[in-house]
Amino acid sequence: MNKLTITKAKTGLKNKDFSAVGLTKACLDEIKKTEPKLNAFVTITENEALEQARNADKILNNSTIEQLNNYPLLGIPIALKDNFSTKGIRTTASSKLLEEYIPPYDATVVKKLKDAGAIILGKTNMDAWAHGSSTETSDYGATKNPWNTNHLPGGSSGGSAASVAANQCIAAIGSETAGSIRQPASWCGVIGLKPTYGRVSRYGVIAMGSSLDSPGPITKTVEDSALILEVLAGVDEKDATTSPKEVSQYSKNLNKDVKGLKIGISNDYFIKGIDKEVEESIKTAIKKFESLGAKIEDIKLFDPKYAIDVYTIIQRSEVSSNLARYDGIRYGKDRDSFEEEAKRRIMFGTYALSSGYYDQYYNKAQQVRTVIIKDFEKAFEKVDIIIAPTSPSLALPVGATKDASMFGEIADVLVEPSSIAGLSGINIPIGFSKSGLPIGMQIIGPQFSEQLVLSSAHQYEINTQNENWKKLEPKL
Amino acid sequence: MKINISHIAKLANLSLLPEEKSKLEKQLEETIDYVKELNQVDTKDIEPTSQVTGLENITREDTAKPSLSQDEALANAKSKHNGFFKVNAIFKENE
Amino acid sequence: MNKYTPVIGLEVHVELKTNSKMFCSCSADYFGQKPNTHTCPVCLGLPGALPVPNKKAIEWCVMIGLALNCKIPLFSKFDRKNYFYPDLSKGYQISQYDKPFCQKGFVELSNGKKIGITRVHMEEDTGKLIHEGNSSLIDFNRSGVPLVEIVTEPDFETAEEIKEYLQKLQQIIRYLDVSNADMEKGEMRLEPNISLRKAGEKDLPKYKVEVKNINSFGFVSKAIDYEIKRQTEILENGKTPVQETRGFVEKKSSTVSQRVKEEASDYRYFPEPDIPPIRWTDKQISDLKSQMPELANQKIIRFEKEYNLSKYDSQLLTKSINLANYFQEAVTVGKKENLTPKQIANYIINKKVDTENILPAKLIQNILSSNKVGDINEEELKTIIKKVLSDNPKIGNDYKKGKDNVIQFAIGQVMYVIRKKIDTEILRKLILEELK
Repeated sequence: MNKLTITKAKTGLKNKDFSAVGLTKACLDEIKKTEPKLNAFVTITENEALEQARNADKILNNSTIEQLNNYPLLGIPIALKDNFSTKGIRTTASSKLLEEYIPPYDATVVKKLKDAGAIILGKTNMDAWAHGSSTETSDYGATKNPWNTNHLPGGSSGGSAASVAANQCIAAIGSETAGSIRQPASWCGVIGLKPTYGRVSRYGVIAMGSSLDSPGPITKTVEDSALILEVLAGVDEKDATTSPKEVSQYSKNLNKDVKGLKIGISNDYFIKGIDKEVEESIKTAIKKFESLGAKIEDIKLFDPKYAIDVYTIIQRSEVSSNLARYDGIRYGKDRDSFEEEAKRRIMFGTYALSSGYYDQYYNKAQQVRTVIIKDFEKAFEKVDIIIAPTSPSLALPVGATKDASMFGEIADVLVEPSSIAGLSGINIPIGFSKSGLPIGMQIIGPQFSEQLVLSSAHQYEINTQNENWKKLEPKL
Repeated sequence: MKINISHIAKLANLSLLPEEKSKLEKQLEETIDYVKELNQVDTKDIEPTSQVTGLENITREDTAKPSLSQDEALANAKSKHNGFFKVNAIFKENE
Repeated sequence: MNKYTPVIGLEVHVELKTNSKMFCSCSADYFGQKPNTHTCPVCLGLPGALPVPNKKAIEWCVMIGLALNCKIPLFSKFDRKNYFYPDLSKGYQISQYDKPFCQKGFVELSNGKKIGITRVHMEEDTGKLIHEGNSSLIDFNRSGVPLVEIVTEPDFETAEEIKEYLQKLQQIIRYLDVSNADMEKGEMRLEPNISLRKAGEKDLPKYKVEVKNINSFGFVSKAIDYEIKRQTEILENGKTPVQETRGFVEKKSSTVSQRVKEEASDYRYFPEPDIPPIRWTDKQISDLKSQMPELANQKIIRFEKEYNLSKYDSQLLTKSINLANYFQEAVTVGKKENLTPKQIANYIINKKVDTENILPAKLIQNILSSNKVGDINEEELKTIIKKVLSDNPKIGNDYKKGKDNVIQFAIGQVMYVIRKKIDTEILRKLILEELK
């Protein structure tokens, strides 16, 4: 049961093939079984989950079909990245500093999930403070990649991605500042959607890069991703950067085919040193799109290497300010509890904003940000979506991040430009390496093009669902 | 260009051990060096973007709503007293 | 002859009396409340909380700027001011740096001097720090309350000018009804920047001393005077006063150096990413302007012109907007009874009328009955007396010659005109007054 998708689970619950409690128990059992190897969770909320499941079953048994439409995720067990504030449940951002912090309020995303009837299984592991692309810099130990536990799951939403890949949950929620959904989704072979910045409320998400953070779903299928986005998206009066744009019924419009769809491919994204298998797989996937009727067009994009610099400066500057509230007075431990990576980023961010340096670092980075935004605008005049590899490498082995002072920022080169521009992007798995590690591809669209990004991804997914690699399962 | 690592640590409210300071100094220099390439990008007459949403004038009405209770507000504090958060004495500036 | 001229600029913070705080919906009415009972994730700086600005607070800030003759730029934004202090829950204060809501205004003083207003901007207040033994206690009820900061050019030279400015500013703010501006309650806070330069010199001094903790009008002169004296002594010794922040000590009417930070504060301002910028249209600004009541300085001019009152009386009657409105209403009512604004003004001022508890209509009645000399209005009577005396110059001449009984004749003449019952003693007194 824990291997089900949201769509299948919903059908099963509706048809009374199983109960919400049964489904939740199946997930909890899988978690118990695989956690010693995976370490995907920081906190497992077994009692609360079962309580929520019992309530879900009550509603399931006493509602009409119409009434059930008010609970689009009723009875679906979901894992939450541990940077989403959960009322009464400790929220740590995988940092020791917040080891004992219990929020008195729910993040808007959490409230929406609960209102939709979802079951919260627990809080998943991440790079501490979301500072990373490996989940190796968690203060609670690294999460392992379910496909090969000697490798990392990517990050910073590594726990969520691993949990979905390992079928510990039906779906998970992550957040992306630059790559933190798409990259671990790529390394773990699952769907990871980074919505347009401002599409989903950040209220209650422990802030990393305020102008970049985008909460989003990590799921087994594109349809599941659309189902969750429908619930999460929308303006929030508590987050002044959320868009008042109407929320589409994403899951109902996935069948738009890709005939005539103009897909842009930029050579600049096949960077030097890219894993050859990744490159080959992407090229194969592109051909697949072509066979479905899409038009592939070569485009020139602004060299993504500059995005590393822009992202490093802007993100670390915002981090240095966002982490200033952790002084140990109102909650948490004092600032000595920050580990190395956090200190590193705070220091650089402080430096970049400091007197005399603001113009050459922060301001300059924001100017190049404008260049990147305009570059994408120009590209999207020619093409509808852009396809590229999500990560230049496969899931790296445990220990890869040791002593690397800019590991995350460099690893995320291919996803940073679209994050900096606040665009929408999704990772879909397109195969495996010979070594058995997942390979992912990203589809990027303009701001608020989630529908197109999702339907394009969906078309690829359903047209490759019979490929052999689809039958593979992690062996834990 | 020498970075005053102690000064930055002070601004950042981080107390660093000497080993940390020298390690961070080196790493900071590495990062500064790395991002230097941004100067290759011509940004003459380019406006900086601090917000990608393009939103403006997002405000709220002046209505008071219930607050957290005193207990909720203090629940996570490691040191409190009579409804206040407590810290070691900060010497008042003009005493 | 003073060798040195003071160069003083003022920073005034005004706490707005909005219902809710600047960036969250907690009640802003924190005074006297139990500690930490008016907080929420936003003003407590909990992880994940986000600010949403208070529309009314912003409008009130612009009104203050308009009242101070400022220009209102059509584009404005919030910025983060980063520093650490236990009463600053986020480790940064949301304020405005380079694009404040209001700029370049002025306030005119009675000596004709125009004090330049550099800027008026919006920010949020911090929590409150209290001492108890070896600890400091923090209450965040005040954290996030809207503050308007008004900065002047260093145009002040005397404590008197400063006091007048503060009184004018307080009056404007109270007229606008955006704050009670009570210094003792911390609703209006003052920080002067004081330095001295050689008399006749035009350049700004190379240092300035900021003084904090001046908690009432009464202490303003004491603080300023002490600082001027202190700095004069240093300069006389050929040294330059240290650029620093000093605290006013009430008990000693002196200032003391606060712990000087080794490095100057580096606030690392950057645009607040959580709050979209504000862009006004001209119409919105003119709408705000039209919502503002007529301010005291305009009222004074109008009272002088329309009501023929002296500047002094006009100033008294416009001390508060309530009094001014009261007076205007009384004038309207009094007109029907042929009472002049001057009469009403005199009555209110001289008789120290309790305008809170007597309605204007009742006031007019009171004036009328107090003026009645029997059944007739005093002013009317005086007019008649004047006419009788001018028609009968013999009365005046005879009186000068010492013929007292001519007064009786005068009384008779007046009574003949009035044909009403009247107290002859009062009439006699008035005639005698007039003859003088």
